[in-house]
Amino acid sequence: MRNVYLDHQSATPLLPEAFDAMRPYFTEYYGNASSLHQQGLRVREALKKARQQMAALVNAESEDDIFFASDGTECSNLAIKGVAYANERKGKHLVVSATEHPSVMNSVEFLEKQGWTCTRVPVDPAGLVDPAAVAAAITPQTVLVAVHHVNHDIGAIQKVAEIGRVCAEKGVPFYVDCEASAGWLPVDVRKFGASLASFSPHRFYGPKGVGVLYRNKKARLVSIIHGGVQEGGRRAGTENIPAIVGAGVAAEVAASRLDSRLAHAAALQKRLWDGLSKQVPYIKLNGPLPGPDRIPTNLNISTEFIEGEGQLLLCDLNGIAVASGSSCVSKSLKISHVLSAIGLDHALAQGNLILTLGDANTAEDMDYVVETFARIVEKLRGMSPMWDEFQRGVIDSVIAPTGRGKSFSQHAAEVSGKPAH
Amino acid sequence: MSDTYTLYNPTVMDHFMNPRNMGDLKDADGVGEVGAAACGDIMKISLRIKDGKIEDARFKTFGCGSAIASSSMATELIKGRTIEEAMSFTNQEVVSALGGLPPVKIHCSVLAEEALKAALEDYIQRHPEASAKNAAVSVAA
Repeated sequence: MRNVYLDHQSATPLLPEAFDAMRPYFTEYYGNASSLHQQGLRVREALKKARQQMAALVNAESEDDIFFASDGTECSNLAIKGVAYANERKGKHLVVSATEHPSVMNSVEFLEKQGWTCTRVPVDPAGLVDPAAVAAAITPQTVLVAVHHVNHDIGAIQKVAEIGRVCAEKGVPFYVDCEASAGWLPVDVRKFGASLASFSPHRFYGPKGVGVLYRNKKARLVSIIHGGVQEGGRRAGTENIPAIVGAGVAAEVAASRLDSRLAHAAALQKRLWDGLSKQVPYIKLNGPLPGPDRIPTNLNISTEFIEGEGQLLLCDLNGIAVASGSSCVSKSLKISHVLSAIGLDHALAQGNLILTLGDANTAEDMDYVVETFARIVEKLRGMSPMWDEFQRGVIDSVIAPTGRGKSFSQHAAEVSGKPAH
Repeated sequence: MSDTYTLYNPTVMDHFMNPRNMGDLKDADGVGEVGAAACGDIMKISLRIKDGKIEDARFKTFGCGSAIASSSMATELIKGRTIEEAMSFTNQEVVSALGGLPPVKIHCSVLAEEALKAALEDYIQRHPEASAKNAAVSVAA
């Protein structure tokens, strides 16, 4: 059986050159970067090199603006809470887009419980934030604007440079979560006008266990992890040197391969979506069309009349690894907040799959996925009462309405409204 | 040693991959379709009932792996039972027969119980003569 990994947004395999670079830092160069002896000084050099490699990938002014933490989530927490606490006396208002990653959304919710207020700027049906809406949301009390570069679910590329100009004009720090884009799309923190930006090396062939935060010196930031004075006092705790070394190598390799990575992914994205949209009836692409507004590694699809977890399981049993934003896949039984924010019909959100491409995927893989997925859809529709009811004109399609029957949502509400036994 | 990992236990996976009694019964005596407000899943069970006994059962499910497996197992379990017996059927039987479900998926088995009971209610509505015998049970349930 062919194995096709289409979940690069969750994790990528470690680059062999990154692994090679990391290995001696487990066993030979095991010193603590805070130590003043040979072992400590040696790893301090390694840390400096990784900072330079990361700074180069994102065009940071200086390697001193690069901080290492344990993962992307910690970086988002530090960016949001660290800036909010640092500017508490100036104001307690934040502005974020409605489709930020949970690490941003939940950090904001945490602050709201402590008296901050937050404006969530809505997105359009493609998932794009209007820079003018961000400008309108900023008040004299606003201490931070957070808008991601690329959405983790639907691949929408936000107009961060424009939003950055808005923030600069109003003098408000701007945090750009680049965790879904760095290593694939060009990231330029200066062009973005970012005061802070975060990056996730395990999504661009680096190791897990390390996240990277860029912080422009003009942005005030207080620590949220207290202890020693590692990372310029912004993030206490012993640095994970092997992972940081691996992240640096992954950043350097990414910088040299951005063009070929993008071209490869774009060709596969086109082949996969062309194939799926031809072979599978009643399928919809969520987010912007492939092109300048969408990262070439992402396809987010909804297949009507069937549910996402079943699709995911059958894909997996056929060697295809994918993700889903359906409520059945989430532990909270809620559909992805990104799909809600773009106003996707609940029926379509239920049938959601997220496919994210990587370097090792091939054109043959895409053809295999199209052919296999078409069979999976047929099998699940054969089991679905909704497909049958659509055939009989009881319910209508959201994707291609026939004008016959009621909506899926109306039908679902009716059958769910039945009193439980 | 196996290097294959599955989200659910082998029994659940088997019922998901090879569902029993999948489909619709032509000229069913009772049909129940219910939805879970919590997650959006929809389940439909149709029954053939003869002489107060469930002769045959079929299901169709819009839902996750455990919802499909729950409806498959529920239809297996209730075949051959009397209406009275079926009225006291609970989701716990489905969970046990499947060898357990993850906590967040227990509601899938509840949906199977509700679909079955909706189908029985439909039968009783169509056959009022059967309801006299089961009225007490129906109200209790």
